Amino acid sequence: MKRCMKQLWNGLWKENPTFVLMLGMCPTLATTTSATNAVGMGLATTVVLLLSNILISMLRRVIPDKVRIPAFIVIIASFVTIVEFLLKAYLPGLNESLGIYIPLIVVNCIILGRAEAFASKNKVLPSVFDGIGMGLGFTFGLTCIGVFRELIGAGEVFGIRVTPDAYEPLAIFVMAPGAFFVLAMLTALQNKLKSKSATNMPAAADRLICGGNCASCNGKECAANHGVLEEEKEKRRAAETARKDAAKKEALIKAAQAKKAAMDSKNDALKETAAVIENNSGKGEA
Amino acid sequence: MKELLLIAVGSALIHNVVLIRFLGLCPFLGVSKKIKTAAGMGAAVILVITIASAVTSLIYDNVLLRFDLDYLKTVVFLLVIAALVQLVEMILKKTSPALYSALGVYLPLITTNCAVLGITLTNVQYGYDLLTGVVNGFATAVGFAISIIILAGIRERMEHSDIPKSFRGMPIVLIAAGLMAIAFSGFAGLQIGG
Repeated sequence: MKRCMKQLWNGLWKENPTFVLMLGMCPTLATTTSATNAVGMGLATTVVLLLSNILISMLRRVIPDKVRIPAFIVIIASFVTIVEFLLKAYLPGLNESLGIYIPLIVVNCIILGRAEAFASKNKVLPSVFDGIGMGLGFTFGLTCIGVFRELIGAGEVFGIRVTPDAYEPLAIFVMAPGAFFVLAMLTALQNKLKSKSATNMPAAADRLICGGNCASCNGKECAANHGVLEEEKEKRRAAETARKDAAKKEALIKAAQAKKAAMDSKNDALKETAAVIENNSGKGEA
Repeated sequence: MKELLLIAVGSALIHNVVLIRFLGLCPFLGVSKKIKTAAGMGAAVILVITIASAVTSLIYDNVLLRFDLDYLKTVVFLLVIAALVQLVEMILKKTSPALYSALGVYLPLITTNCAVLGITLTNVQYGYDLLTGVVNGFATAVGFAISIIILAGIRERMEHSDIPKSFRGMPIVLIAAGLMAIAFSGFAGLQIGG
């Protein structure tokens, strides 16, 4: 039980997907135009995350390792479709304002990331708590950003006006550029406070093809990187063996030459002795 | 013809896929360090999205609608895109090694790019037919390529500038993207054909 609570706390705070892991940036920026949208998106993601974590954890011994990613994707996509229909039926207003981002929960890095990193390796109960923790952490992050943007950009929180009439809302904060600015300020603040976050890790991964952007990595890029690294290794190995082979050949040739030379000198010596003997015998005869 | 042009300009500039609709942000922020890699990524995205729009449009009209399987579109599109990327990669490797070596490393990354799924779903949502869907997909991908190359250009110049310490790295890139978004929202005032 203690472990489960730890998992919950881990998702909510210690490894918060929005603030610390910086995962799922597309919905974070796109659906935080108002607090209501942010909460709706967060909860929809939580439901999908929880259900997919449960099913993947239950099937973790059934799914073959080689086809696990397609299998995870199909499971996640099925749950997303179910959630989409539920929203369409019971919350048509929210479904309208979230639009295309509901089916796009499928490609949210958090869900596949948790499936790969946690649910496929752990029992059902911890996976449930991991799903709830991560999901609520994501909801919390989105809601914070949503409340901030709505308050500054429209002077409202959850659609209720809270600022005095004299306050002129800065409409840019609910528009697209505002999302980038809010996120920029957030990450700058994290850099300033030196808090643990995916954005202020040392950028040592320049040579990786994903740009070393571990924040948005869900393993696919990793696989491609592995491909590149393997290729490089293979090349080096080939060069090494080629070099060795050449050295061996050279050594063989040298040895053969030396042998030949030795033989030659031996032959010469033999010839010489033969000549000497011949001479001697000639002399003797004479 | 005029309608197609309107859709193309709308998708490429006015509703820019990354800056206004926030699709495909991961490669936008991740692969935009150098103009060269950004251009490679942009070209790969154009290739994949255009083909994916055509294929998913055909599948949706001829298979899903005919057999009343509309609700399976998210699952089917996702798998089709993943398979398609693999297929394109294999075909390129065989037929055009030069293009493969230019785009090869970026192709597997695109499977997880939410822009591709987003565009194919948008095509279906608006009820575009094959031609309109392909034009929309191509124009959107061109919009993506334009914005990622511009961002890469800005980032290359920013390497040498004196940025406040806490803004180094991701924050300044996000601010640059925000300023680009402001510039692109200026296209909203564009009127074609009066």
